[in-house]
Amino acid sequence: MINVQSVAHLARLTLSSDEEKAFEAQLSSIVQHFSEVEAVNTANVEPLITPTDITLVFREDKKLAVQTAEEAMKNAPERSGNLFKVPPVV
Amino acid sequence: MPSNNWEAVIGLEIHAQLLTESKMFSVDSASFGGADNEYTSPVSLGMPGALPTINRRGVEFGIRMGLALNCNIRTRSVFSRKNYFYPDLPKGYQISQFDEPICEKGYVDIYLDGKPKRIGVTRAHLEEDAGKSTHHGDYSLINLNRAGVPLLEIVSEPDIKTPQEAAEYARTVRNILRYLGVCDGNLEEGSMRCDCNVSVRKTGEKKFGTKVELKNINSFRFVEKAIDYEINRQISCLESGERILQETRLYDSTKNRTYSMRSKEEAHDYRYFPDPDLLPLVFEQKWVDEIRATLPELPLEKAKRFQTQYGLPEYDALVLTQERAVAEYFENVAKLSGNAKASSNWIMVELMRELKESEKSIEEQKIRGEDLAELIQLIDKGTISGKIAKTVFAEMWAQGGRPADIVKTKGLVQVTDRAAIEKWVDEVMSASANQVNEYRSGKDKLFGFFVGQIMKVSRGQANPDLVNQVLKEKLKK
Amino acid sequence: MSKNITELDLSTLVEKIGKKEISAEKVTAEFKSQIEKLNTRINAFITVSDDCLSQAKEIDRRLANGEKVGRLAGAPIAIKDMFCTKGLRTTAASKMLRNFVPTYSATVVERLRAEGAIVMGKTNQDEFAMGSSNETSHFGACRNPWNFDYVPGGSSGGSAAAVSARMSCAAVGTDTGGSIRQPANFCHLVGVKPTYGRVSRYGIVAFASSLDQAGPMTRTVRDAALILEVISGHDEKDTTSATKDVPKWSENLSAQLRGMKIGMPVEYFNHGIADDVRATVMRAADILKAQGAELVELSLPLTKFAVPIYYLIATCEASSNLARYDGVRYGHRADFSKQAAADLEEFYSRNRGEGFGSEVKRRIVLGTYALSSGYYDAYYKKACQVRRLLRQDFIEAFKKCDVILSPASPTPAFKIGERIDNPLEMYLNDIYTTSANLAGIPGMSVPAGFSHNKLPIGVQFLAAHFEEQKMLNAAFAIEQNLKLTAEVPYAIQ
Repeated sequence: MINVQSVAHLARLTLSSDEEKAFEAQLSSIVQHFSEVEAVNTANVEPLITPTDITLVFREDKKLAVQTAEEAMKNAPERSGNLFKVPPVV
Repeated sequence: MPSNNWEAVIGLEIHAQLLTESKMFSVDSASFGGADNEYTSPVSLGMPGALPTINRRGVEFGIRMGLALNCNIRTRSVFSRKNYFYPDLPKGYQISQFDEPICEKGYVDIYLDGKPKRIGVTRAHLEEDAGKSTHHGDYSLINLNRAGVPLLEIVSEPDIKTPQEAAEYARTVRNILRYLGVCDGNLEEGSMRCDCNVSVRKTGEKKFGTKVELKNINSFRFVEKAIDYEINRQISCLESGERILQETRLYDSTKNRTYSMRSKEEAHDYRYFPDPDLLPLVFEQKWVDEIRATLPELPLEKAKRFQTQYGLPEYDALVLTQERAVAEYFENVAKLSGNAKASSNWIMVELMRELKESEKSIEEQKIRGEDLAELIQLIDKGTISGKIAKTVFAEMWAQGGRPADIVKTKGLVQVTDRAAIEKWVDEVMSASANQVNEYRSGKDKLFGFFVGQIMKVSRGQANPDLVNQVLKEKLKK
Repeated sequence: MSKNITELDLSTLVEKIGKKEISAEKVTAEFKSQIEKLNTRINAFITVSDDCLSQAKEIDRRLANGEKVGRLAGAPIAIKDMFCTKGLRTTAASKMLRNFVPTYSATVVERLRAEGAIVMGKTNQDEFAMGSSNETSHFGACRNPWNFDYVPGGSSGGSAAAVSARMSCAAVGTDTGGSIRQPANFCHLVGVKPTYGRVSRYGIVAFASSLDQAGPMTRTVRDAALILEVISGHDEKDTTSATKDVPKWSENLSAQLRGMKIGMPVEYFNHGIADDVRATVMRAADILKAQGAELVELSLPLTKFAVPIYYLIATCEASSNLARYDGVRYGHRADFSKQAAADLEEFYSRNRGEGFGSEVKRRIVLGTYALSSGYYDAYYKKACQVRRLLRQDFIEAFKKCDVILSPASPTPAFKIGERIDNPLEMYLNDIYTTSANLAGIPGMSVPAGFSHNKLPIGVQFLAAHFEEQKMLNAAFAIEQNLKLTAEVPYAIQ
């Protein structure tokens, strides 16, 4: 059984009590569904992340001003000058 | 003081900000300063859809430092996401390296009280720095100019036994970083940060004690003091039957104590996983070999060479090679003056004292290497005395300029003319008739008094050897 | 006349505009009036560009001056609301981003604009592309233009509905587990998910980074090929974009399939597949055979694990990709004026808890759980290992055939509300599409018929990495033979 409450806390999500209840059952059935995968033999199989063979291209170290501070702040819910404002962090 | 049956186990995590032009994963400037949130981009702000790219120079600097730390360089490493929420962490995760770091299994040799010791380096990995939050009572403000600046985190083995070793290890790592030009190593400004893992155990015990992480240490002296405080705190805890909590403690340098952060945060669960936005960091061994070929001579190698090539004592060689600029300055002066020991003395005693008092670096002061070499040659040729040389040096420090010119304009050339010296000797002897009589009746110690008086009337210009000679002759009569 | 313009496909429109037979302004105006007429009922667009006519006038001006115009000059295109558009609201269909106006554009959007495409607006979708029905949108469900009681599919449902209802001549969508192919299939369109790495992901709101690919949704195969040419190619802003050359797919289309081997995996025709769908695929197979192709039976035994490992990997990546939505720099900020946040944790939890809808939260919780301490190896790592095996199966399969033919979805479109309360059933709808994302191979759906109740049914083609031309040709053969492109959705006639 998944402890939805503690996982939601780790993910910083407030859930309604209805959501909490529904998720518990739904997630359990999804996890149950996944358990079939355990049968696949994966010994010595390297996990695959990027599924296509792509050559890494580095970026050269050149700085570029792509936006102004004003643009950086454009969508800020709350600001003070050009700084983002949040509740006290200490 | 810790009682004898306890021993400390110390490991350091050093974060070094790399001196790249742009950030580790984005094009915005990695410079210090800037107006509020000026050095940002959609990538470093964690805007929707923004993606990281890998800064070649950031990787190169990581490899350089890894090689200097005698590490194995992995030609395939992986960037992972370290997930946690904090306002100065824009994406909700930090791009770092977890189980496959770029540098592994190295070591650093340190010298403490003339004795060498080898400290293991577990790993060094690349990651990005967070932004900065400032606190204003009922709110905080976030500036993301530093968010995304490349960091190399260097993790030592728990090989360190004393606070002094820890500080020396940190200094040595700093010197190497600066030699390579990959980090300016400034603890006060935070371009280099030392987190110390400290635990204690009964001497001879194999198991490690519970480890405490110390943060907020912004000088090498405080590395020593914070660890020293923490060791004593842990021992008194254990001796009074208490348990050590695994926690992070901050060092308060004004009170010289550590205190718990008392975070009510649950045990961290960072949910590391490979960053699917970034391909594995893969490069050819050839690149590593090329970087190795361009590594400068490192402090310890240089110190060894200074001992054999210039015949310097080990202590001098170690001091002169701590900073690359000082070492290069010394070599220049030694070569031009042809007198390595004198060069070493002038730099270590006079120049370093002035630098320390004025808080200047060797690049910032006025005495050019060729001028100091000339000063040494003036002494060696007998043009000026050692005493005069100090006056000249003071003038060079204050105003700069060639010592020969200073000697000339100030009339400081050493007088070797016998007639002139006889005149000064006569002057002093007639002015101190009593002392002459005392000397002649056996009070030998007064000889120094006469020399001092003669130097005084000659304003230090009399050649001391000649003064001795003439004075002895005249006192005999 | 107006009907005629919106009935023309993209390639024809661009040609006519280029020859100045019709003005770009007139074309845009026609599609815009279609939006004005139908959007309140279909809900395909979340935001309509207020400058689309001036974009079109600019094309006309350049044409009049004899200036060079691009390969898509004057083509009205709808953009899924996952693509950031500079100065134009981008919501990902979430309350979280309902007021978000980007200061940058996705590379795909920049490339479309550079070739003269007209951005008509931003289309509806499932919230953060999490859904297969467009029902999880904060801006409400979108309707299928073929029957308003049915879903258009998802997550790119608004894009499919917009093209299908002639509100734009093409659209771009994103496909993480079938989000282009399934709605194209439900709305009688061509939808292409290219090889992972073909198209830059820069500026596209990330759902699952190792699975997401953008692609075209059009009325013809040629149009899809043309748009794909424009948006493909390496982008220095996306490390995971491939440096491979981009072929001229649209010029190389051929319905002649002699020598082509078409694989049909037995696992794709098992239980759960609707009779209409099976019959449609079999008819498509017959057409391909008639065009000279050889049919090959195949087995892809790991197929049954594709959906569970897909959901595991996608939710793990999403849980981290969506961590940036915290209400600090942008996005929904809860109202703390009446009740201040007790601490930072509450600040985050309320911003995120209010800003995200239930489906998104469900997936974040699942992904967070699967990555958390003690579960990583059993879930995420295991899923990624099986993913490698699954990809290997496809690599082997493509040694025996050139393209794979399969259904795109087990059933045609379903009714709005029918599956929304059963996430697992909804997830299983993606059974034929998720494998391509996991393996990184290209896939597409192409219209191939209609169900007994007159809903569109398409078929899916898959090809090996970077072999888009082969599947485009197979789809082209189907299109040329069935001649279904002119079919107009009944509900809008």
